[in-house]
Amino acid sequence: MSGGWFLPLLLTVIKSLVLLVVLLIMTAFYLLADRKIWAAVQLRRGPNVVGPWGLLQSFADMLKFVLKEPIVPSGANKGVFLIAPFVTGVLALASWAVIPVARGWAVADLNVGILYIFAISSLMVYGTIMAGWASNSKYPFLAALRSAAQMVSYEVSIGFVMITVLLCAGSLNLSDIVRSQDTRFGLLGWYWLPLFPMWIIFFISAMAETNRPPFDLVEAESELVAGFMVEYSSTPYMLFMLGEYVAILTMCAMLTILFTGGWLSPLPFPPFTWVPGVVWFVLKLSFYFWLIAMVKALVPRYRYDQLMRLGWKVFLPISLAMVVIVAIVLEATGWGGGGRLV
Amino acid sequence: MNIDRSARALLMKELVSGFILTVRYFFKPKATLNYPHEKNPVSPRFRGEHALRRYPNGEERCIACKLCEAICPAQAITIEAGPRRNDGTRRTTRYDIDMVKCIYCGYCQEACPVDAIVEGPNQEFSVESREELLYDKTRLLENGARWERELARNIAMDAPYR
Repeated sequence: MSGGWFLPLLLTVIKSLVLLVVLLIMTAFYLLADRKIWAAVQLRRGPNVVGPWGLLQSFADMLKFVLKEPIVPSGANKGVFLIAPFVTGVLALASWAVIPVARGWAVADLNVGILYIFAISSLMVYGTIMAGWASNSKYPFLAALRSAAQMVSYEVSIGFVMITVLLCAGSLNLSDIVRSQDTRFGLLGWYWLPLFPMWIIFFISAMAETNRPPFDLVEAESELVAGFMVEYSSTPYMLFMLGEYVAILTMCAMLTILFTGGWLSPLPFPPFTWVPGVVWFVLKLSFYFWLIAMVKALVPRYRYDQLMRLGWKVFLPISLAMVVIVAIVLEATGWGGGGRLV
Repeated sequence: MNIDRSARALLMKELVSGFILTVRYFFKPKATLNYPHEKNPVSPRFRGEHALRRYPNGEERCIACKLCEAICPAQAITIEAGPRRNDGTRRTTRYDIDMVKCIYCGYCQEACPVDAIVEGPNQEFSVESREELLYDKTRLLENGARWERELARNIAMDAPYR
């Protein structure tokens, strides 16, 4: 073929496809893991009938969703109604393009990777809003407004938390952020320790951002039916669920990269450094996912005003103050900018 | 808000202790029973599917006294008695139980003077149509033949308390 553009393009397409397939299969198993963990805390077994230990449950569910009849309400705006789940699903998957799962293993190693992630997660609100509006029904509409308000408020504190990490790392590139945590202290050199409060705030905000319990008042299953997804069924509904879980995985990946050293080994000497980086990455991601699933079993749901109070009156001032403090400390000690915190 | 409370909220004391509790439960043995593969023990008094029993010599126990039909609160039992036989006893010509009406109260087996109608330990007799739940005499006697060992054992185990 002519020109030097075809081969890189083909390579990118192949890389994207591999990432997509692996990501979707992993999402299926994480979905199962979520249910299993929740069940374990409540002394139940969880799904254990489809396949060995119920491993194929998610695939059976997917088949069920796909084979069901998609119902579009007669008053709904059909185009927007059907595009909304695709917006959510595609955007959730798109954010994985910049996430480095191991040294150099990113589909697009963008220099502004963190901005890209932030932009994509802001765009996710549109899927929600479109779904709520296009359903042409009161409850989805109100739920969509609540959801949008929730996602926007927590994005603010997530943004400030990211800024503190950026100040320490001196780069917007996700791979560089991981590399800047590569010190001889291993586990203790990662940003979770110096930025401990930010780590906690990011974890909690990530749950609020992805509408996970205890902040799942968008779809609060014991109170509402499904929030903005009330009118959805079949494959569109599945796409929302998929988008939600992929977004959770993205947030877990962001926690891994920003605070616990991405693909780095926690103990910076052999034999731990012989383990491939992707293994560490998946282990850390799974640990965060486990924490998020445990929180679902542990904490009662927040009331809406409590949610807003936490976002605007607790997290925002703390993270804002931390940005200033971190900046001052870095400037005074000369740690930042160079990308090393040692 | 005093300092003590703020410190606790900031360090998330309650959350951490709650998390430790959930982790402990996470590793506890599960309470779930894998039902079709594992089953709970069944009490000898369990009131499940009905059965009509026979004497060891093969004679039907039921003497068509109709006490069960009279006491049945759901009126699920229908009996028709045959003519008196040479030995001076009667037998039923028809003994139907509508298992859909039945409320499994066990009054029929309480009322029975000869332990003929009993409720056995079987609870897995679901069927796909309503008609299959209208039991007749043959069906009930079949049940008796199939479950006789368990029925006799349960009656023997419960006898001291009667």
